[in-house]
Amino acid sequence: MSYFSDIYKGIKTLLTGMSVTGKYFLNSRKGAITQQYPDNRATLKMFDRFRGEVIMPHDENNEHACTGCQKCEIACPNGTIEIIWDRGIDEDTGKKKKKIDQFVYHLSMCTMCALCIDVCPTDAIIWGQNFENSVYDRTKLTRVLNEPGSKVRAGIED
Amino acid sequence: MNKSLSILTNIHDWLFSIMPEGVASIVEMVLIGVAYLGFFAIAGLFLVLLERRVAAWFQLRIGPNRVGYLGLLQTMADALKLVSKELTGTIKADKFLYNLAPYFVIVSSLMALAVFPFTKEIQAFDINIGVFFLIAISSIGVIGILIGGWASNNKFALIGAMRSGVQTISYELSIGLSLLTMILITGSLQLSEIVEVQKSGWLIVQGHVPAIIAFMIYMIAGTAETNRAPFDMVEAESELGAGFHTEYSGMKFAYFFLAEFINMFIIAAIATTIFFGAWLSPFGITESIPWLGVFWFMGKALILVFLMMWFRWTFPRLRVDQLLTLEWKYLLPINLVNILIMALIVWLNLTIKF
Amino acid sequence: MQPTIANTNFKTEPYQINMGPQHPATHGVLNLLLTIDGEIIKKVEPDLGYIHRSIEKMCERDSYQQIVHLTDRMDYLSSNINNEAVCLAVENALQLEIPERVKVIRTIIGELTRISSHCLWWGVMGMDVGALTTYFYGFRDREMLNDIFEETCGARLTMNYNVPGGLMLDIHPNFVKRVKKFVAHFKTKIPEYDRLLTDNVIFQKRTKGVGILSKEDAISFGVTGPVGRASGYSCDVRKYHPYSALDKVTFKECLKTEGDTFARYQVRIMELWESLSIVEQLIDNIPEGEHRVATNAVIKLPKGEYYQKVETARGELGVYIISTGTKNPYRLKFRSPGFSNLSALNHMAVGGKIGDLVATMATLDLVIPDIDR
Repeated sequence: MSYFSDIYKGIKTLLTGMSVTGKYFLNSRKGAITQQYPDNRATLKMFDRFRGEVIMPHDENNEHACTGCQKCEIACPNGTIEIIWDRGIDEDTGKKKKKIDQFVYHLSMCTMCALCIDVCPTDAIIWGQNFENSVYDRTKLTRVLNEPGSKVRAGIED
Repeated sequence: MNKSLSILTNIHDWLFSIMPEGVASIVEMVLIGVAYLGFFAIAGLFLVLLERRVAAWFQLRIGPNRVGYLGLLQTMADALKLVSKELTGTIKADKFLYNLAPYFVIVSSLMALAVFPFTKEIQAFDINIGVFFLIAISSIGVIGILIGGWASNNKFALIGAMRSGVQTISYELSIGLSLLTMILITGSLQLSEIVEVQKSGWLIVQGHVPAIIAFMIYMIAGTAETNRAPFDMVEAESELGAGFHTEYSGMKFAYFFLAEFINMFIIAAIATTIFFGAWLSPFGITESIPWLGVFWFMGKALILVFLMMWFRWTFPRLRVDQLLTLEWKYLLPINLVNILIMALIVWLNLTIKF
Repeated sequence: MQPTIANTNFKTEPYQINMGPQHPATHGVLNLLLTIDGEIIKKVEPDLGYIHRSIEKMCERDSYQQIVHLTDRMDYLSSNINNEAVCLAVENALQLEIPERVKVIRTIIGELTRISSHCLWWGVMGMDVGALTTYFYGFRDREMLNDIFEETCGARLTMNYNVPGGLMLDIHPNFVKRVKKFVAHFKTKIPEYDRLLTDNVIFQKRTKGVGILSKEDAISFGVTGPVGRASGYSCDVRKYHPYSALDKVTFKECLKTEGDTFARYQVRIMELWESLSIVEQLIDNIPEGEHRVATNAVIKLPKGEYYQKVETARGELGVYIISTGTKNPYRLKFRSPGFSNLSALNHMAVGGKIGDLVATMATLDLVIPDIDR
């Protein structure tokens, strides 16, 4: 007798399973969760805190906020950040001060762990939201984050 | 409205008028062969695309829709890619058998396509043992699988081919018996006769309860016959290798692949002919337009193909021993009892006729 | 092997094949050396090391804040819980007082990570036994969780949101709203999972009575997590050694006694319900407060040995730190749950068929980077 009840129960569960997928089939027009990526770049907006790549924002006078304290270079686990700095004479106070020559950022080695951004005392570096970073030439992945001819905003240490 | 079908008789008469009789019939047969090959290719391409789109809709995504309008040229692109691939082969493979195996499956599918009544006039080969011919042809396809697996000189392909072979010959039994159940009502094996009998109601309505059971058994056995999920343990990707067609690449793999889809269509077409009244419209609403029969036939067959795709994308796979248990312990006894019940119903004249 | 026919030289012997490192069923780069006789498995030998990245050695060179980002990449499906383990070990060693807000948020995010890992497990389980649509349904639910994580933490998989001392950033204002919407949505989805896969007669025939692990064997192999609980071994770290805010919530420990594949499956589905109830209990009353306690820029643990265990989605993860008072640990060892679970695979799979092996491995829920580190 359990032969027939086995068959009946089996068929019932199979039909329930089919009804689940059938329901999705009928709603397929609005239920599809595919984002047709290269076509929807115009409307694609990433979240604010999305970790794309590290950038250094410059304001309209081509000034950035990096004092060359090297805290990010020490915090980075695998040497992604290299700061080339020099001691120069500060114009305002006449004392010797560190200033950066180049802020080298190896995008190819970065693990996006956010430790550098977390530790920066002046918020000089922030997350950019660009994630389309593939290039044909690997040397393009070694970026210099400060623009040529830019300098530190005055009074940033305070 | 019989104009389009009278085109065929016109071509026939024209051919016979311009050439001597023997040559004309050979030319006619070649033309019919080419037409069916064309249908085979186009149906294959269309079915592959349909499978991909339907699968995508079940899975909350959009299928291929970039190549051509709605993705209609997608399979053409895939076929071109397969043609351009290198035809690899193993060193110690038996060259002749290795090359012969795909042709077995293609030829058996084509031969089976020839007997279907697409409409009253379009039927290439109306032999008086139609159903028997169909079942015999599908057995030839098994040889192709076994030869392909053995000639690849690859132990996983051989295991896959053996498992597939045993699965196919077991389920042929169920298919034959369930078709036999319906023959009890029609009394004739000839396919055009079967359609004539269905003019007074489709066979699935005429033989109510046992016909529905026979249809369900036929669909399960048909899905298993073509090695489709949920019975595709043989070529499952998460098992070892890819079954009997591991060593095939390029066009030969395309043959196996296409033949699987055409086999699916053939199973659906047999069910349409025998259970659902091949080109007859329901309640005879468009009897006056005979050439609409093709659309009714294709529509019904495509609905059954969709049903088989629904099975594939919903259910997990059965293990090989569970497959065989299902056949020998469940489907076969139910089938035999069903034949008895159908015989009783026909004898006592309890069929529903309109 | 004995000759089967008397007067021919016909010998059969079992042969050894590789279920190679690249295989759709082994969830990562795992090489299994199978010795099979026809279809029956005689021996399974896992061959590890294909993704060994010397994480423990790198931890000897990194500072304690930098170690956290390496643990993301061990068991990447429960990355938040791994981060929490290291942060708790460091905080307990330094005896820091962590604000309540941090504890509650860590627990919520940990449970959401567990749900995300089980969603992926369910999708892959269906795919391994052949129901190919379950993969997409599992991932659709996981996408909602990924969006929640991306909005708050910034990344979808390797989040690195915990730091020793608290959280890197405070939660986003939309966090509570999104989590509530997710909980309401997911409660209608788990019954759907049941209807599609759990109740399915084919699935039950594939998984009942397959890959049995008894309670004594589970204890002696050291199998923890849902695998151990399905054999009756009550080993939930969240009950016995609660951490963060887990002592303030009430939840059941999901136990089953049969120890077969279906029992492991059922335990994980029950865990989905329990995690949802934990999130529901905590989400409405997140206490106000600081999200971070200041530590020194250079953390130095006092001399000694410290151990912290947490319950990841796979089992008990242990972090063992030996410190000599300097800014790097002298030795750091992770007790990974996958390693012990994998060692029981031979015992479970012998005597079954290859299809059973695939189903068993799917329920063990192995993540190979966790085993190889």
